[in-house]
Amino acid sequence: MGNSSLSGWGRRPVPGQELRSEDLDRLTRDAVLTRGLGRSYGDSSLPPGSHPIVVATPLADRILSFDERTGVLRAEAGYSLESLYHDFLPRGWFTPVTPGTQFVTLGGMVAADIHGKNHHVDGTIGRHVRSIRVRVASGEIIECSRTEEFDLFRATIGGMGLTGHILEIELQLTRVPSPWIWGEMLRVANIDEYLDALKASAAEWPFTMGWIDCLSRGPSMGRGVLQRGRWATNGEAPEKLPRPLMRVPVPIVCPSWVMGYTVGKTFNEGYYRWNRTTPARVVHPQKFFYPLDTLLHWNRLYGKRGFTQYQCVLPDAAGRPAVRQLLELLTQQGAASFLCVIKDCGEQGEGLLSFPLKGTSIALDLPVRDGTQAIVDKLNEFVIAAGGRIYLAKDAFTRAEHFRAMEPRLPEWLAIRRQWDPTGRLRSAQSVRLFGDPA
Amino acid sequence: MNVVVLGATRGIGRALARRFAERGDRVFLLGRDLADLDRSARDIEIRANRATQVGFAHCDLGDPDSFTSAMDAAAAALSTVEAVVVTAGDFATQPALEQSLERTRYLLTVNFTNTVLFCEQARTRLLAHGGTLCVFSSVAGDRGRKPVILYGAAKAGLAHYLEGLDHKYSARGLRVVCVKPGFVKTSMTTGLKPPPFAGEADGVAADVIRAIDRGQPVVYTPRIWQAVMMVIRTLPRFVMRRIEF
Repeated sequence: MGNSSLSGWGRRPVPGQELRSEDLDRLTRDAVLTRGLGRSYGDSSLPPGSHPIVVATPLADRILSFDERTGVLRAEAGYSLESLYHDFLPRGWFTPVTPGTQFVTLGGMVAADIHGKNHHVDGTIGRHVRSIRVRVASGEIIECSRTEEFDLFRATIGGMGLTGHILEIELQLTRVPSPWIWGEMLRVANIDEYLDALKASAAEWPFTMGWIDCLSRGPSMGRGVLQRGRWATNGEAPEKLPRPLMRVPVPIVCPSWVMGYTVGKTFNEGYYRWNRTTPARVVHPQKFFYPLDTLLHWNRLYGKRGFTQYQCVLPDAAGRPAVRQLLELLTQQGAASFLCVIKDCGEQGEGLLSFPLKGTSIALDLPVRDGTQAIVDKLNEFVIAAGGRIYLAKDAFTRAEHFRAMEPRLPEWLAIRRQWDPTGRLRSAQSVRLFGDPA
Repeated sequence: MNVVVLGATRGIGRALARRFAERGDRVFLLGRDLADLDRSARDIEIRANRATQVGFAHCDLGDPDSFTSAMDAAAAALSTVEAVVVTAGDFATQPALEQSLERTRYLLTVNFTNTVLFCEQARTRLLAHGGTLCVFSSVAGDRGRKPVILYGAAKAGLAHYLEGLDHKYSARGLRVVCVKPGFVKTSMTTGLKPPPFAGEADGVAADVIRAIDRGQPVVYTPRIWQAVMMVIRTLPRFVMRRIEF
């Protein structure tokens, strides 16, 4: 009975079943893992083999308090960003940090310590979290913050739900002058120009990021489209509220050639040509932050075998050549990718396993093929040598020894986790793979 | 509109109460757990972003003695009650019910007898000024089917009762809305494999509010279930004996 399999956004299922209820308190007592909307790409939200039940939070979605003067919001872990957008943007408040999809929960955002287009200015979501209510492995419920149980707090931010079940979150929202974005596009001819433009934009714009064509070679390698923006002022913004965008589903799981090299090459060429440099103008916030959300179930495009996203950050110390070398390595490995996103990151946050560090983040979607493990291994070896690291919320293929090598903070995080969970009761398929937890 | 929702802390009731409040209706919540009701009331107030307070009172479908005081509290808070919505109910799978007469008695009592008793209270109060009584039956009540024999029987009885109310009292200003949800992904159905066309609570809530506004006597939601059940109702007995639906 029940769903016999569960998967992350990458559509690579394992045996498992979700348990949903409004009453997280009751549900999490015996559970080993909690997930939100299942938008992490890899196996972060998937259960270990021996314990196939995962608690899902989306029904636990109540707002518990909101202070209109200070913007402090407290909500249950399953409160979604889609709801937050709907409830608060019209009143002039928004999450200080948003990922590239609205279909995530607050709990998931904190567990992955998500970042957004404004990382170079505002850091990750963790910076704006004031307090977290966590059910730890013993069953006890702990409120942790910067002043109480700080170790648990910083191990939980970006801790992928492995330090405890996140029940409630207190978040500082940010005031926005209007619900619209003032933004512009910049078409850039190659990777060096792209990185220059990214750096120059960061000084003036709170939101920057862009797409690059990692299938083009030679002098146009890494050509792309850079997007930058800020919240529109009252004067710039239209009077009316942005209307919700139409959403269209991908109705079927596509054959694998759909996201193959030929289509990718054609798409990238077209996308590059289509997007010309535009002067700054009013942009719909959903188009700006969540362009892919208008295509529901877009993960079906990658076919039966699913896909993975490889996202790494290369530190500034490794310099610009490292970014170029990574792109070259990608081409060599035949890691053709439709979607390659580059963004500069600011300083590392408090979360002990938080992904971003000062440098350049590169994310690309890879359809899963026979050689995917080998490609990820090669990329990881390169990232380790450059002093970078990968993003757990995207990962499904990294080897334990590679993760250890790229994460100097891991021993400290493991030590704190052991304090709260000496037997490693709370775990996921990912923690079995990366931290040697019992399967 | 002033609306009383029984079952407002969870699932479709929660989604309905939020939608009512967001469009400016005044809601009063009924449920079993006061602390939980309090949390839901705050949630609705913040989402609706209006100055009005959302009131609540204890009401347990398992305990008919709680009905009068609950409806009194609602009437006191709202002055006039213009709509009463009942989403609360019990659910257990057919195999679980077949193993326990006690469990079966409870489900049948809550889903039929006590729900009807609650509606009788609501009816007399609504008839005073006219208003809407919206109650959740189920597609399970449309035909005797293997996986939902007992649950379906209670829901069928409830649908019958609501139809009778509509026939008798619609001329006197009582609008009856019988909701027949198909499979909806709520905590009630967690652990069951969702069939095709499974709905979400919020989408169902939108359909129900539309039906209440229009005074539609019977509403299937998600709407595709109307067609599905039309087919199921016409299947001959020898087919029903063979399929597991």
